[in-house]
Amino acid sequence: MEHTSERLPVLKVRDLKVYYETPRGDVLAVDGITFDLYQGETLGLVGESGCGKSTAAMGILQLVNPPGRIAGGQVILDGQNLLGMSDEALRHVRWAKLALIPQGAMNSLNPTMRVRDQIRDVIVAHQRKQSGRNVQTRIFELLTMVGLPSRVYDLFPHELSGGMKQRVCIAMAIALNPMVIIADESTSALDVVVQRVVAQTMLKVKQALGVSMIMIGHDMGLMAQMVDRIAVMYAGKIVEIAPVREFFAAPKHPYSQLLIESVPSLKERKPLKITEGITHDPRNPPPGCIFQLRCPFVMDKCRVVAPPVQEVTPGQLVACHLYENSGDGSLIDVRDAARNS
Amino acid sequence: MATTKVGDVPVETTLEVAKVAMPRSPRLMGRFNRWDTPWLNSKLLAGVAIIAAILLIGIIGRMVWNTDLAFTAKSPLNLPPVGFVNSRQQEGTWAHPLGTENSGRDMLALLIVGAPNSFMVGVVAAAIGMSIGTFLGFSAGFIGGKLDDVIRIVSDVTITIPALMVLIVIQSLLRQVELSTMALLIALFAWPSPTRLIRAQVLTMRESGYVQMAKLSGASTFAIMFKEIMPNLTPYLFASFIGNATGAILTAVGLETLGLGPQRVPTLGGTIYDAISAAALLRNMWWWWGIPTVLLAFMFIGLLLINLGFDEIANPRLRQSSQ
Amino acid sequence: MSEMLLEIRNASKIYKQRAAGGTREVVALQDFNLSIPKNPASIITIAGESGSGKTTLAQVILGFTRLTSGQILFDGQDVSTSDAKQMKDYRRQVQAVFQDPFGVYNPFYRVQHVFDTVINNFRLSTSRAKSREFIEDALNVVGLYGDDVLRKYPHQLSGGQRQRIMMARAYMIKPKLIVADEPVSMVDASLRASILDVMMRLKQESGISFLYITHDLSTAYQIGDQIYILYQGSVAEKGSTIKVIDEPRHPYVQLLVDSVPVPDPDIKWEGEIVLPPEEEMRSSVHSGCRFYPRCPHRMDRCLEAQPPLYKIDAVDHQAACYLYDQNEVAAKAVYSS
Repeated sequence: MEHTSERLPVLKVRDLKVYYETPRGDVLAVDGITFDLYQGETLGLVGESGCGKSTAAMGILQLVNPPGRIAGGQVILDGQNLLGMSDEALRHVRWAKLALIPQGAMNSLNPTMRVRDQIRDVIVAHQRKQSGRNVQTRIFELLTMVGLPSRVYDLFPHELSGGMKQRVCIAMAIALNPMVIIADESTSALDVVVQRVVAQTMLKVKQALGVSMIMIGHDMGLMAQMVDRIAVMYAGKIVEIAPVREFFAAPKHPYSQLLIESVPSLKERKPLKITEGITHDPRNPPPGCIFQLRCPFVMDKCRVVAPPVQEVTPGQLVACHLYENSGDGSLIDVRDAARNS
Repeated sequence: MATTKVGDVPVETTLEVAKVAMPRSPRLMGRFNRWDTPWLNSKLLAGVAIIAAILLIGIIGRMVWNTDLAFTAKSPLNLPPVGFVNSRQQEGTWAHPLGTENSGRDMLALLIVGAPNSFMVGVVAAAIGMSIGTFLGFSAGFIGGKLDDVIRIVSDVTITIPALMVLIVIQSLLRQVELSTMALLIALFAWPSPTRLIRAQVLTMRESGYVQMAKLSGASTFAIMFKEIMPNLTPYLFASFIGNATGAILTAVGLETLGLGPQRVPTLGGTIYDAISAAALLRNMWWWWGIPTVLLAFMFIGLLLINLGFDEIANPRLRQSSQ
Repeated sequence: MSEMLLEIRNASKIYKQRAAGGTREVVALQDFNLSIPKNPASIITIAGESGSGKTTLAQVILGFTRLTSGQILFDGQDVSTSDAKQMKDYRRQVQAVFQDPFGVYNPFYRVQHVFDTVINNFRLSTSRAKSREFIEDALNVVGLYGDDVLRKYPHQLSGGQRQRIMMARAYMIKPKLIVADEPVSMVDASLRASILDVMMRLKQESGISFLYITHDLSTAYQIGDQIYILYQGSVAEKGSTIKVIDEPRHPYVQLLVDSVPVPDPDIKWEGEIVLPPEEEMRSSVHSGCRFYPRCPHRMDRCLEAQPPLYKIDAVDHQAACYLYDQNEVAAKAVYSS
């Protein structure tokens, strides 16, 4: 976990841009994000609504529909650039190498098909012909892996509870042993205890299969439990990526600090931290730093020049004028430097 | 690379700064400019233009041309349009630019009077049908219970009845048919579809958060119906009206073409009927049945484009990015 | 004149569901008791998961549904026997803020309409100028300004702003009680604080009590004075919020508190929970404790009859579990069979 530099990235996203056309200009939903997903890790992607995290997932999966479009960048999975691949080629990549557990997955199960048929569809559509026997065995295997009793095999989705439906979706996602799974708010509609069960199932499955995962969400508590690194998005840009412990102990970017402070805890009562949402027009972001309108530490420089993304160590980066890369794997806070000079 | 000062902070001027210092240039790729809204849909505009043109013929024509020529049979018979010669070697004249038919009625006058007639029958029928439909649909959705069951069954049954066939039977039994009678009869079959639509929307809106809020604010049932729910029905009413009017116009024209339309008033379809029963096809009087047919074709195309345009507006996914 | 602002006595609500294979009875609330004192103003949290009955509770208190049995007394007056005029008075005293910050607005109207409806129906003012003043005052209390929001349409505002406007609307009526049904669950995590802050200030500065219904224990911990934790229609544990969450006694509540993810990467969930599949499909246990199928401490006794609320401390901490049957019974259980 500490030696990220020795691990290989299994998914490379470079300067991905997803824009939405509106009559009054493009909405820059995802405006040039760059990150790596390393083998076997879980990367959390957090941000408030409208920050573009779900759109980023759609962009990676090449599932962007008009009026949205992918305006640039690269998504390299296992050496192949997904952008520009034909539909046919993408079909072989999807589900077999890259799977998605979508938002509201529970509601995307076909209510007229039994669980076994839906899972079978996934397996058969993306893999060469398998014997019926093989598929059946595989389905039972998957159900066990997600902790569902075998009788779920014959049931319809409406006969299952929310947590069970969610676990069926997880089973579908891992059916073809993909390299990467993107989970978009996969536990948000669930009760606390069920959420724990589903989350622990996902951890177990990840452990067993060695899958790399991108977890999109907004529950920081859940993130702390589930992920190895956290990426923070704000208004279409990634502002910080850090290993989870360091992130919670000392968040660097002012927005990350705001996120951490607004998490209510069950341990102590503290004064509530009040803030507003994204305040600028997504069609017309301000020049310079994207966060300048809400930043408590904004400087003149921030209004003109966009902060460069500085990589501290491989996999850890921050985009903020408050920090300078010291070059030896750490960041210098310019305020400390100013104070000491 | 140069250095400049922002406030009192020296900043390296790079291309980055230059780019952000310039205002965003307007996107002039012809796709979306400042004037484009979903309402300026090309199909909708084209359709409205066509229908407007046809109606204009009627409106302006009345002022410019002598519409009596559509009724009295004073003109020379069977004249072709200007620039053509008929089977009797008579030439068309500018006094009757589109020719005349076999009872001496002027074609242009027939079009000027007939086009709006066919149109208005459809519009009136749709309006009547919509009014009935809205009232019934609202009652069924809002009050529910037995009333809902009754209305629903009657409307579901009526929808399955083939309207055109029944209208043919009814109108052939009636000796004289006026425009208004025809409108009423068509309306008889136009009400079930708006009823179902309005009922479905009212059922949904009845459970909505803002209706609950209105109840919490002490609003009366009446106020909820008219102030909260009704305004939100207007888009559906509008769309339903366009669809219904189109259907009613087509039905009206169909009946007229079969000879079942009003006899005293010229209509486009009626003109075609007259032409066919006078064997105009054999006598090579193509202008008699041809010109109204072309006009009807334009009318249908215009209505179709309006419907398609509305579909695209209502459902953004249908909008092509090439628009 | 009673001392209690709101008193709910033995409230039960049973729904009859028509499903394939006959009618099914769903017990949404069973013999629920609650009292909110007039003074001091307090925030009472009703916490529970889906199926716990908390939404039903909101519906009956607001007068949208009727109880199957039991009473709701507001200031001594039974709500179910109120006539139209009394209902209108009741609405002046008890208002609500709902979960969905978008659905509560009529998309046809600007935000102004929300306030106009209230002013007209409750005759809060007679002149336009006075109305505008009222509205501005209410908006300022929640941290907004009329010029910024009144002329806008709901879709032009953020979820947080919309919820605050709903709070302003409720406050403007100057009720004694606001039922807040999951007011922040559909609002972004970083914006929740502003709404919770409004609730606390309204309580402290205007003496308005809140019934805060939620499934999120963390926010309850931050603002609640008292808490009632519901499980499948009955109260599992109640008491002062801090005490109940710091020292839960009922096995269900212990499980719940344990399962809330802690925003600290070094504190992970301990142990794995296996949900018995039967339990995942709503429990049909009619007699006895509803938590029986999942309880790690279950005894035969638990199947016989539902445990009453036993006192855990001298103040108000109570739990409904036979593990504490050495203690005094807090409330006599009256159960319909």
